[in-house]
Amino acid sequence: MKGFIIKEFLQIFRDYRSMAILFGIPIAQILLFGFALNMDLNNAHIAIVNKSGDAKSIELINKINSSDYFIVDQVFNSETNIQAAFQRGEIKEVIVIPEDFAARLASNQKIELQVIADASDPNTASILVNYTQAVVSSFQSQNAKGSSAALPLIQVESRFKYNESLKSVYMFVPGVFTIILMLVSAMMTSISIAREKELGTMEILLVSPITPVQIILGKVFPYVLLSFINAGLILLMSAFVFGMPFSGSITLLLAEALLFILMALSLGIFISTVSNSQQTAMLLSMFALLLPTILLSGFVFPIKNMPEVLQWLSHLMPGKWFIIIVKAIILKGAGFADLWKETLIILSMTLFFIGLSIKKFNIRLATN
Amino acid sequence: MSKAVVVKDLTKKFGNFTAVNKLNFEVDKGEVFGFLGANGAGKTTAIKILCGLSKPSSGQVTVAGFDAYKQSELIKKNIGYMSQRFSLYDDLTIAENIRFYGGIYGLKRVEIQSKTKEYVKKLDLEEFEGRAVIDLPLGIKQKLAFSVANVHNPAIIFLDEPTSGVDPITRRQFWDMIYSEAAKGKTIFVTTHYMDEAEYCDRITIMVDGKIEALDSPSRLKKDFNAHNISDIFLKLSRKQNSTQN
Repeated sequence: MKGFIIKEFLQIFRDYRSMAILFGIPIAQILLFGFALNMDLNNAHIAIVNKSGDAKSIELINKINSSDYFIVDQVFNSETNIQAAFQRGEIKEVIVIPEDFAARLASNQKIELQVIADASDPNTASILVNYTQAVVSSFQSQNAKGSSAALPLIQVESRFKYNESLKSVYMFVPGVFTIILMLVSAMMTSISIAREKELGTMEILLVSPITPVQIILGKVFPYVLLSFINAGLILLMSAFVFGMPFSGSITLLLAEALLFILMALSLGIFISTVSNSQQTAMLLSMFALLLPTILLSGFVFPIKNMPEVLQWLSHLMPGKWFIIIVKAIILKGAGFADLWKETLIILSMTLFFIGLSIKKFNIRLATN
Repeated sequence: MSKAVVVKDLTKKFGNFTAVNKLNFEVDKGEVFGFLGANGAGKTTAIKILCGLSKPSSGQVTVAGFDAYKQSELIKKNIGYMSQRFSLYDDLTIAENIRFYGGIYGLKRVEIQSKTKEYVKKLDLEEFEGRAVIDLPLGIKQKLAFSVANVHNPAIIFLDEPTSGVDPITRRQFWDMIYSEAAKGKTIFVTTHYMDEAEYCDRITIMVDGKIEALDSPSRLKKDFNAHNISDIFLKLSRKQNSTQN
C-alpha cells in the first residue's frame, strides 16, 4: 500500500503534463473566469439625443456621465444619426431627451424619456436599461426635493443581500471551484487507471497478492491529497486576488470539498472501468462529465429558466448540489444544519458510483 | 507435493464459444513446460486461468498445491507472471520498479535493496541505474521484467510469450536465465510462438482450437509424428484441424 502510493506520486510528479493539468489549469481557470467572464458592466459607451438643450437636460446628461456605468460619447440634436452610430458598433445605448425638458419638469408634466438599446447582446442591453432607469429615477427624486412637487408615495429601497455589490466573481468562484475539482479528480484518476490497463501493468497487479481494493485505494489516495491542495489553492486565490468574503466555516467548506472530491474520484474510477485506453477515459470525462456540469449545474445558466426536462436532469448533476453548498457556506455563512440534504445527496452519489465500479470489476473478472 | 500444476477437464466458455475445451495435464516441479499454439488456440486464456486473472467455467485446477477456486490468494503469493506486453513502469527507474514490485509482494526493505544490487550486477545495468526504464533497449527490458517477476522467489513462473520482438542473441540469453531458475527447482510455464524455443523445453503441449493435440518431450514428439522439428508437427496438427473442418 505505502509503496503503491509512493510509486503513484513519483509517476505524477515525473509527468510534467499531468502536473500542468493538476495545478496549471485551476490557476488559469480561476483567473480567466474571474477577470474575463465578468458580467458587471462598467463604462458602457452611449449616445444622447438632446432635443431640449436646456440647463436641466445638460444636468441629466452630466449625472449620467458621472456614473461609473456610462460614458456619454456623442450628443446629437436629432435622431437621424442614431442608426449609423449603432451600426458602427460605437455605442450600446441611446437616450432621447424630449423637447421642453426643463419646462415640463418644472411644471410637473409627464416626460417621456426614450431609451434605445443595442439588443444584439440581450443581457447587456437589459442591464444597461436597468442602470439608466436607476440613474434617471435618482435624478427625478433630487429634482422633486427642490420643488414642491409631490414625492412618489412608495419608494423602493432594494438591497442585494449576500452579494451587496452584485459582483459576478462571487458567483463564478463556487462554479469554477466545483468544475476544477470535478475535472482534476475524475479525469486524472480515470486516465491513470486506464493507463495501467493500456500498458498491461494492471494485469501484473491483478496477478499479485495485492487486492483490487488496495490497487484502487493506492491509485486514488494521491489524487485525494492533490485535489485537496488544489481546493485550498483556489480558495486562497479567490480570497486574495478577488477579495471574496468568507462568511461561513472554512472547516465545513473543506469537509464538504473532501466529500465532493471523493465523489468525483469514484466517478473517475467508474469511468476507468468502462474505458480501456487513456484517450477513451479522457474523452468520456470531458464530454460526459465536464460539459454537462458546466451547462446544467446552474454555474452559467440559471436552472430555473431551463425546460422542465433539463431541470430534472440537473438534479443528477453532482456539481449542482456542490455549487449550492459552496455558495451557501461562502456567501451566506450557512451551517451544516442548512446543508445536510445536499450533503446527503452527494454522499449517496459517491456510494452509488463505488458500488457500481465494484460490480463492473467483478463482472470483468468472471467474463475474462 | 511433487506436481506444480494439475489441471483436470478444464473448460472455459465465453457465451457459446468454448475457448478452452477439457484440458488435462500435469506439470512437474522444476520442469520447463512449453505451451504452444496458434493465435486464438486458447493459450492465453488457459494461462490467465492458472494465474487467477480469469475464472474457469468448469474442471479442476491446482497451482502450487492450491485450489484455483478457493485459494486463489495463496496461489498469487506463490507465482510470478510476465505478460507478452511489457510489464514495468516506463517512467520509473530500475530501482523504483524493483522497489514497487517488491513492496507489492511484501518484501522487506533490506531484501529489496539486496535484490536491486543483485539484478543490476547480473544484467550489467550499472550505466542505466538512475534512468527511467523507457531508455533501456528492449532485450534488457525483457530480462529485467523476468527478474522482477522473480523478485519474490515464487515456486512457479508463468511467461506469456516473453521473447516476442526480441533479437536471437537476447532470446538465447533469456533462455539461459530460464534454465538457471529451473535448476534452482523452480517450475517454468512458458507460452511461445517460436518453434525453435519449443525445443528448449522439457515437455511441450500443442493446443489447437481449445484442445491439447500433443503433449510430450520434444524428442519423443518428433519420433511419434515422424517429423524433423517441432515446426513440422505444429503445421501437421494445424492442417489436420483445417482439413477436418473443411
